[in-house]
Amino acid sequence: MIRVFKVKEQQKEATENAKGSPIKKQSVGELRLHKDISELNLPNGCKISFVNGKDDLMNFEVSIQPDEGYYLGGKFVFNFNAPSIYPHEAPKVKCKTKVYHPNIDLEGNVCLNILREDWKPVLNINTIIYGLFHLFTQPDHEDPLNQEAATVLRDNPKMFANSV
Amino acid sequence: MADTESQPSRSRDLDKLLLRPGNLVGPNFEPGPQLRADLQEYARVLVVGAGGLGCELLKDLALSGFKNLEVIDMDRIEVSNLNRQFLFRLQDVGKPKADVAAKRVMERVSGVNIIPHFSRIEDKDLDFYNDFNIIALGLDSIEARSYINAVACSFLEYDSDDNPREETIKPMVDGGTEGFKGHARVIIPGVTPCFECTIWLFPPQEKFPLCTLAETPRTAAHCIEYAHLIKWDEVRSGKTFDPDDPEHMKWVYEEAVKRAELFGIPGVTYSLTQGVVKNIIPAIASTNAIISAACALETLKIASGCSKTLSNYLTYNGVEGLHTKVTEFVKDKDCLVCGPGVLIELDPSTTLQKFINLLEDHPKLLLSKASVTHRGNNLYMQAPPVLEEMTRSNLSLPLFGLMGKIPMDIVHVTGTTRKNDKKTSSLRKLRVVFKGVDGVIDMDTAGGA
Repeated sequence: MIRVFKVKEQQKEATENAKGSPIKKQSVGELRLHKDISELNLPNGCKISFVNGKDDLMNFEVSIQPDEGYYLGGKFVFNFNAPSIYPHEAPKVKCKTKVYHPNIDLEGNVCLNILREDWKPVLNINTIIYGLFHLFTQPDHEDPLNQEAATVLRDNPKMFANSV
Repeated sequence: MADTESQPSRSRDLDKLLLRPGNLVGPNFEPGPQLRADLQEYARVLVVGAGGLGCELLKDLALSGFKNLEVIDMDRIEVSNLNRQFLFRLQDVGKPKADVAAKRVMERVSGVNIIPHFSRIEDKDLDFYNDFNIIALGLDSIEARSYINAVACSFLEYDSDDNPREETIKPMVDGGTEGFKGHARVIIPGVTPCFECTIWLFPPQEKFPLCTLAETPRTAAHCIEYAHLIKWDEVRSGKTFDPDDPEHMKWVYEEAVKRAELFGIPGVTYSLTQGVVKNIIPAIASTNAIISAACALETLKIASGCSKTLSNYLTYNGVEGLHTKVTEFVKDKDCLVCGPGVLIELDPSTTLQKFINLLEDHPKLLLSKASVTHRGNNLYMQAPPVLEEMTRSNLSLPLFGLMGKIPMDIVHVTGTTRKNDKKTSSLRKLRVVFKGVDGVIDMDTAGGA
């Protein structure tokens, strides 16, 4: 390949490189996210908003308003941050609304299997949002993050309904 | 060439490769002293990373006859590096790795010139990377490799027959090690698979369920991750955890110990804490030496053509005995990073709407309901409704203007395509060329992505 290098070097000295070099680099993660977002099919009651405008698809907020179950009437906002190597790594999702829920703690950490141990690159933003929606329509007291909420849900669903 | 006269044995071994013909040589190999001189004058190699692999690579490349080297690394030297990053001494702890490495190799190998860069790889312009002929990687993360791969492949241009243009190819040699195992691979964009073509080979990282960490820890790693992910936010929320700050790491270690005591779990040590939090596997000097030797040799082969290069992925396992194997992976022709993309020629007056309609009938695409993005600008999004509204006004504008009025560039589209009567979603790379625009005939001045 040295011949190619030599030729290039000599060419560079002879001509002025007028081409403007591309400044912005788009990572593969952004492209895949562009695909996921353009195919979004949200359940009723879910809205998405892009905090940094239409050109930053890596950071956005989703608000969920469940239409049934204990959490009917509430509005819960989640922050999404996609890593640059998405979909190789799952997006980081945190709940911004303080809520009494067995699978969401007071810091906003969400215990959803597909966000951590069961994440696969074939999953997408739609599946995550459906997963979150499911948390509200069917809270799971088996593997809790908020221990107190979980025991209350298991032992006394009525009291749970009142505490929400 | 004064130095070879006064030290006749210095390039003795190199001469055996460069001065005589052979049966295993690469194509276009021209043996002779001119080749040796050209290597010294014209070959410019960048070594990314000045750690375990980087130190060995710099030494190997300098001794292999390369005279123009540069090294980039954003870290400073730590005590734990000293067992294998042999260019550093105890009194160098705290200094930038790139600076010290460059200085030491220049002291020991006369005639070599190494320019160090103490910075992050993302902080350098694309022009910086374009100046080099070969890039040798000694990185430690998927993200960093993905970034450099995208940069190197962005220089690649294809001709109208979808063949890569040789003068735009930026070869990379990538090495990686982990304990007793390692790999070395040759990436020739447009010819061999790039990093992204084979990224699916990586197994998923081990992540524990948050509820296990919070309520039912069973192993030492659970206790450590609890302290790292949950307890940190509770007690020191607002401050981002920095794995390179020893105080942060110590705090996590102490909290993990408390947690382990609470649940009666043995095994939490400081080094396990570092391993779990930073994904560190203890490093061994010999593995680094072996892998970087393979990488340096490939770099020499690519630059001089003195032998056919490794094709294209070497794995090494020294856990019990020694095993190496070379596998030939195949390029993904639809790769979003190194693939040619589908060539689309347009009239500069074509509107975005017309372009989207065109995609539906294009024989190679058959893409309906397309969303279009160009260099991070989302030109049109079919969904969700909020974005569709924000981008709807672009539909009536000419695509040429929306793309910044350059004669040729890469665009990505996503939509649904029909395959065997089944609808699947698809993300495609397109090479859009505007006909009749100044400069489009001379491909050298057209921009590439």
